[in-house]
Amino acid sequence: MTNVFQAEGLGKTYPGVRANDDVSFTVSAGEIHALLGENGAGKSTLVKMIYGLVRPDEGRMLLLDAPYAPHDPKAARAAGVAMVFQHFSLFEALTVAENIALGMENPPPRAELSRRIAELSQGYGLPLNPARRIAALSAGERQRVEILRCLLQNPRLLIMDEPTSVLTPQEAEILFATLRQLAEAGTAILYISHKLEEIRSHCDRATILRQGKVMGTVNPRAHSARELAAMMVGAEMRVVDRSGRKPGAPVLEVRNLSLPSGDGMALKDVALTLRSGEILGIGGVAGNGQEELLSALSGEAPTAPGTVTLEGKDLSRAGPELRRRAGLLAVPEDRLGHTAVPEFSLTENTLLTGTSRQGLARHGLIDRKAATDFARQVIQSFDVRTPGPATAAGALSGGNLQKFVIGREVLGHPRVLVVNQPTWGVDAGAAASIRQALLDLAAEGAGVIVISQDLDELLELSDRFCALNQGRLSNPHPTDGLTIDEIGLMLGGAHGMEVAHVQA
Amino acid sequence: MMIDPLSVFILLLGAATPILFAALGELVVERAGVLNLGVEGMMITGALAGFAAAHASDSPALGFVAAAIAGMAVSMTFAALTQFLLSNQVATGLALTLFGLGLTALFGKPYEGVKAPAIMPGPLGLNWMIWLGMALVPLIWWFLTRTRPGLILRAVGENHDAAHALGYPVRLVRILAIGFGGALAGMGGAYISIATVLQWTEGMTAGAGWIALAIVVFAQWNPWGVLAGAWLFGGVTVLQLRLQAAGVAVPVQLLSMAPYLATIIVLVLISARQKFGRSGAGAAPASLGRPFYALK
Repeated sequence: MTNVFQAEGLGKTYPGVRANDDVSFTVSAGEIHALLGENGAGKSTLVKMIYGLVRPDEGRMLLLDAPYAPHDPKAARAAGVAMVFQHFSLFEALTVAENIALGMENPPPRAELSRRIAELSQGYGLPLNPARRIAALSAGERQRVEILRCLLQNPRLLIMDEPTSVLTPQEAEILFATLRQLAEAGTAILYISHKLEEIRSHCDRATILRQGKVMGTVNPRAHSARELAAMMVGAEMRVVDRSGRKPGAPVLEVRNLSLPSGDGMALKDVALTLRSGEILGIGGVAGNGQEELLSALSGEAPTAPGTVTLEGKDLSRAGPELRRRAGLLAVPEDRLGHTAVPEFSLTENTLLTGTSRQGLARHGLIDRKAATDFARQVIQSFDVRTPGPATAAGALSGGNLQKFVIGREVLGHPRVLVVNQPTWGVDAGAAASIRQALLDLAAEGAGVIVISQDLDELLELSDRFCALNQGRLSNPHPTDGLTIDEIGLMLGGAHGMEVAHVQA
Repeated sequence: MMIDPLSVFILLLGAATPILFAALGELVVERAGVLNLGVEGMMITGALAGFAAAHASDSPALGFVAAAIAGMAVSMTFAALTQFLLSNQVATGLALTLFGLGLTALFGKPYEGVKAPAIMPGPLGLNWMIWLGMALVPLIWWFLTRTRPGLILRAVGENHDAAHALGYPVRLVRILAIGFGGALAGMGGAYISIATVLQWTEGMTAGAGWIALAIVVFAQWNPWGVLAGAWLFGGVTVLQLRLQAAGVAVPVQLLSMAPYLATIIVLVLISARQKFGRSGAGAAPASLGRPFYALK
């Protein structure tokens, strides 16, 4: 196969960071080539160099065996390189056709462009109406716009930056079918991701980056996910340690909890009992009441008296701060904006939830020193990689910020900790340490509720499992011996397992 | 005494022109994602520079050219501060207004009490600047919605990160827009000194720049809406005088409030619409007022 793209010894240094160091690899015509690495491994910098957004400090690139040094994205596009971004690339207030025209060097007149969009989108089975505004489209449809924008230029090299992170599994399948179709037509595809399973099933080769360096190029189908992860993270993956937990007395009782639907899903008559030292896993497809359940437990949404009881104390009408004082802590799903304030420093972020439990304020005045010390303690205990507590939360990578917000609550020694999607969008190394922290917390006698869409995670962590479906919580089942099929039925809304067995 | 609708309309066109120019300029600036609150300062600078040039050359046309250049020059101060030094756009815009008012008060002294040369008449007894202002409305609408540079300008205002990622020069587009806005604000100001009042007085723009800013929001960032807003304001100004002359007992203050009241109502309508989930057309450019910086 012919080489479409070749990188030779690429390097890029930012103040304090060696983002890329002696990076060399090739992408051939007709292959889907994965670029695999943890958050912060240098994948983004590398593709930005290929797309002309960043200039390499050293090394060179070849495109179709000719020297290639784009000084801006226009030059890259003219040379036959197209890119589908993970974020920041569509204009919400503009129409599909306008968005596509902006991504082309010499767009044809509107009518002609609309005709070609309709034609091409039909050809790839990605239907789109050129006159619609982006704001009205779903995540999957938005990505189609990006892909069509690239395809209209007949690229030789197509770069996809974490394209499935915003897609449903069905949409992801459609995407891979399209990519395969393109590869067969001779396009070289550079596919960036940290989802190992996805790369193993769909990519032909994988180049693994760690701390800016190439660890090797392998056939992902010939390696297990664990081996790939080990190459990515650098060490053998830590196997989580589940030992040392003994379920004790009930700490949290939830009875007849209902919550009317605001924008989302109403909770209907939810009941659960959580014992100390226990991890209860709650699974379910997104949008079935996960966020609502978290806010009912955290105190953001107060509920009827008698519905939420912590160690005999009725907290149903109490807000988050009162619940925190009582020992019921929560980590919502959205790191940037809900759990942490991106513009605030890490120290300031500890004050958001840690003030009362850590004694970070005296007579109503902030104790800066205590807050800084606590932030430093979280950073050290949870291996948060950051220059220091004065760094803005938004400047941390997803995995590091997640370690920080989980650590902030774990070090508050909660009686009960509720977390939603604790490892979503987090690289494998950080995910393992977050899971271990939750297990350790339970081993120390706290009750933990893990709400997640990652079934493997729930099976790995929890002692009992229940499913949220349409705002209803199923009866819990011990995780030991539970099969994926049974879980599937629970997620689908078959509540009693007996019923499930009959149906199965 | 009767109020003749036609004569009111002709007076209205004149009263609307300074705001029309300034608001159209600010509209282009805001569509590029920049909030320049210095319209009043650029207008007053244009008013003085235009008046001085027209007086010295005895040509109102040259006066307007000079006003455009002067308005653009002050706007470049704003551009340098906000686009290169990333200063806060709101504070810098306010400073620009104060700067313009102070500077013109200082240099305007010699021109007090001097008369302006007569402005060139155009078709239908309306001067050429009125015609130019009205012609700018479809031109700017066409530029923004039908041309590629206009599309790029809107893209920069909607999402500057994406525009940068696609390789468009965000900063350059914004500087050009700011300069255009400054030129139009300067001409709008000069219309007040050269064509309306016919002399120079300190602080003579008297808040017209703020009205222009309000009209851009009232118009929901659409040039045709700006025309409607400018006419509404011009109409109120003219009616105010006429009704007083006619001895009708409508409090002047009520009429002066009308354009602002209309703007507030439109703002409420916009947010009500967004609350019920319909965004897109009519909303402010998404990157409005946000500073842009790219690591290279």
